[in-house]
Amino acid sequence: MSTMDMREIFAKLDRVFQEVFDDPGIRVTPQTTADDIEDWDSLEHITLISAVERAFRMKFKMGEISSMRNVGEMANIIQERSRG
Amino acid sequence: MRELEYPFQPGEIISKRKALRRALAADGTARLQKKIAVLGGSTTSDIVKTMELFLLDAGIEPVFYESEYGQYYQDAMFPPEGLADFSPDVVFIHTTGRNIASWPAVGEAAQEVDGKLEAELGKFRAMWESLEQRFHCPIIQNNFEKPFFRLLGNRDAWDIHGRTNFTNRLNQAFCDWAAGHPGFYVHDVDYLSGDFGLLRWADPAYWNLYKYAMCLEAIPAFAFSVSNIIKSLFGKNKKALALDLDNTLWGGVVGDDGVEGIEIGQETGVSQSYYEFQSYVKQLKNLGVLLTVCSKNDEENALAGLGHPEGALRPGDFILIKANWENKDRNIAETAAQLNILPESIVFADDNPAEREIVRAQLPGVIAPELEGVENYIATIDRGGYFEATTFSEDDLKRNEMYKANALRAAQQASFADYGEYLKSLGMHAVIDDFLPIYLTRITQLANKSNQFNLTTRRYTTGQMVQVFESPEYVRLYGKLVDKFGDNGVVSVVIGHKDGQALDIELWLMSCRVLKRDMEFAMLDRLVERCREEGVATLRGYYFPTAKNGMVRELYGTLGFQKVSGDEAGPSVWELDTAGYTPQCQVIQVSGNPEG
Repeated sequence: MSTMDMREIFAKLDRVFQEVFDDPGIRVTPQTTADDIEDWDSLEHITLISAVERAFRMKFKMGEISSMRNVGEMANIIQERSRG
Repeated sequence: MRELEYPFQPGEIISKRKALRRALAADGTARLQKKIAVLGGSTTSDIVKTMELFLLDAGIEPVFYESEYGQYYQDAMFPPEGLADFSPDVVFIHTTGRNIASWPAVGEAAQEVDGKLEAELGKFRAMWESLEQRFHCPIIQNNFEKPFFRLLGNRDAWDIHGRTNFTNRLNQAFCDWAAGHPGFYVHDVDYLSGDFGLLRWADPAYWNLYKYAMCLEAIPAFAFSVSNIIKSLFGKNKKALALDLDNTLWGGVVGDDGVEGIEIGQETGVSQSYYEFQSYVKQLKNLGVLLTVCSKNDEENALAGLGHPEGALRPGDFILIKANWENKDRNIAETAAQLNILPESIVFADDNPAEREIVRAQLPGVIAPELEGVENYIATIDRGGYFEATTFSEDDLKRNEMYKANALRAAQQASFADYGEYLKSLGMHAVIDDFLPIYLTRITQLANKSNQFNLTTRRYTTGQMVQVFESPEYVRLYGKLVDKFGDNGVVSVVIGHKDGQALDIELWLMSCRVLKRDMEFAMLDRLVERCREEGVATLRGYYFPTAKNGMVRELYGTLGFQKVSGDEAGPSVWELDTAGYTPQCQVIQVSGNPEG
């Protein structure tokens, strides 16, 4: 995969979030956290991570999953991984 | 729903779960409500949400109780109020190898290892007994997946110190328990995890991060599998397999290639694959699945193909052969009507995607699995979970014979001018009497799956049926019908609850295989007789309409009851005085339970 630009990554992330939370109105930004999306609890987090992994055909490492603090950090990891 | 049929896409189910649930909830299907207690040794939330999808799709609306995280043992031994009040229809114990408290260690003596095994088993047996006594309902218990590492390498399998060996011994002990305890079912996680791929299944990240028993992607397969047991317990199994012929049961087109030209037997890899599939289908038949043919062919050619000397199936294995040039949806609909089953009880096996599509579109509820490549046919049908054999009674094993006898009766009926004459010619003999323990499995099964000739559609768990059987407050009758063509087995059940001088008929059902044989009159004659012995003056019958039981809307009227309340469309209540009743059945000779 060639390096994805952030715009592309966020457009795709929007689609994943919309599907997982069944809400076509969701738009995410680098600052978005679980506090901003009503249904985003610790259990939905697992579903979300797995859906993101599938959409970008990549895997988060265990340490990354527990340390990501917002969508921006998630996007950074995705971008970094796509350089591989 | 196609998204939930095997082979489903796990990723799609996980990401779209909310949308799928919304669509199922809005589809207007009438569903059986069932209470399912999930006692988990790991996180259960995703499992329960995914089970909900598969069960909704199968016509069951589940209500769940979930134990607090990891509290499966405490909940089973000392049910908290929430669980006691919940009064489950099924308990599912969701444990995993991660819940095994003490594993054998290298260097331990055999007695020590045995002691550890007994300690684990003792804990489980105590739970099963406690649940059985409190809830009298089916228990589903996961067995253990194999360990994801093998300290002793291949030796792990046979050495008593190996975790693999220990797991196998535990699993065998679970099987032994199942063999001796009706109502206890092993959910075969060992098979499932092997099928999925143990390394991926047991990804330790999911346990360490989230306390999941398996990786997220494995949850749909897991939830589907346990839902299949629940579907089967509540009568949602399929009953018949309707098979296409050309390129489904053999390679080639018999009408064009001739019997000698079709591929079946041992000659080539392809013909062997068709032979294996025919053998598999024949084994399904031996389990009680009804086989029919639905093929665009001249009947003569169809029979010739089925008569191929190298084939495993014979024309006589099929109850009904529809080989003609009609549309297949029409043939399937007629098959259902002739067998007295609902179209949605039929699985349609056809290699042609266009035929599958037309049948699915015209007959919603009929499943047409994606048969692509003969080498995949068995796996596709087998993993579809259509015929999950949780319980089978003697009757299941004989079902094909019984349906075939029905076909003979139909042929004979055509030769009689008068229907009454025909009924007499059948030489019918019924045993109608109080329940016997040997019939309780069959009686419970009938209560849970009869939809059409069923006045109240009340369902019973095995435990509830035992309570009815043991209580003096009930008048119970089962009816077994034999005629010159064969034994139909137990075909009718009546349960009445005594209320002073009256009897509330809370269940009256009859299998559709004996419709129009006057068996309902014989049941009523005997019921009135029993009521008089018990001092019951009034029978009170109830009709609760469902989407499927329209055929008995007026049954009580036909039998001579007076309607006391209710209108055309809704439920109705009927009464009959036992004092002035005269027996109505003229064509069946009736006796009671055998002495002793």
